[in-house]
Amino acid sequence: MSEAYFPVESGALGPEENFLSLDDILMSQEKLPVRVETPMPRLGAFFLERGAGAESDYALPQGTKIELPLWLAKGLFDNKRRILSVEIPKIYQEGWRTVFSADANVVDLHKMGPRFYGFGSQLLHFDSPENADISQCLLQVSSVKY
Amino acid sequence: MFCEKAMELVRELHRAPEGQLPAFNEDGLRQVLEEMKALYEQNQSDVNEAKSAGRGDLIPTIKFRHCSLLRNRRCTVAYLYDRLLRIRALRWEYGSVLPNALRFHMSAEEMEWFNHYKKSLATYMRSLGGDEGLDITQDMKPPKSLYIEVRCLKDYGEFEVDDGTSVLLKKNSQHFLPRWKCEQLIRQGVLEHVLS
Repeated sequence: MSEAYFPVESGALGPEENFLSLDDILMSQEKLPVRVETPMPRLGAFFLERGAGAESDYALPQGTKIELPLWLAKGLFDNKRRILSVEIPKIYQEGWRTVFSADANVVDLHKMGPRFYGFGSQLLHFDSPENADISQCLLQVSSVKY
Repeated sequence: MFCEKAMELVRELHRAPEGQLPAFNEDGLRQVLEEMKALYEQNQSDVNEAKSAGRGDLIPTIKFRHCSLLRNRRCTVAYLYDRLLRIRALRWEYGSVLPNALRFHMSAEEMEWFNHYKKSLATYMRSLGGDEGLDITQDMKPPKSLYIEVRCLKDYGEFEVDDGTSVLLKKNSQHFLPRWKCEQLIRQGVLEHVLS
């Protein structure tokens, strides 16, 4: 059966995900920490843990930190950071990058995040000042691991 | 969060091993479409309010819902497309008549697609190799020769070959026959391909 079945492959390591790739859809479901820059009304139903209740005009206040899936973060992001700003997840930050450059082999990537490379590559969309270092780290880890 | 049901559809397919075709999740799809309708209507209403009552603060919310609509669409289209890729593979694995169990897993539209695909493939194969055409679904790799050595596993009786002559397929007899004529009998367990 699998001999003639050719699913759409992931494009996450390149500039854009592949729209039809199931792998990319699953990868972009993973969450990352964001900071709300402008209140978003009428979405209280999602954020019940913030004490929103079912009030219809509850607006998620500015400055709130929440975790959103990558697809949503990408969709709401713009370079003026009017709606939200994105925080780079710890595994891609400087502390971990130092660990990786020392010895990437000690890190169990399956535990840290099964889609480390794809997710990391797509993070570059958020124009972080750390982008050059993040991409460098991704390249380095993949060359060691393979 | 929105799009949970849509993700369920994607996960369901992703979980099915080796390109197997799970049953068509009509109910799941219906729920995704309902969610999309609700999102769209809420957005229509908020857009009108933003314009008429100057509620520019609604714009991020509108964008949020719009992203969810796009995501639902992506998941749905990817679900349907991946299923077609699996259904296409069925033609190559099972031939042009599918086992009933598989047919029940397909929607009416998917069955129609399968029939169209079958026809296109047949037209293409007829156009190859001169007058008779060439059945390329027989082997996943190009065959080494057009004739193969087969052994008969059970008594079958007379079997007509292309040039009009016939062979008697008796248990344990061995023959040198055109590959394509034997394929079906091999699948049925009457003949066995003897590798030399």
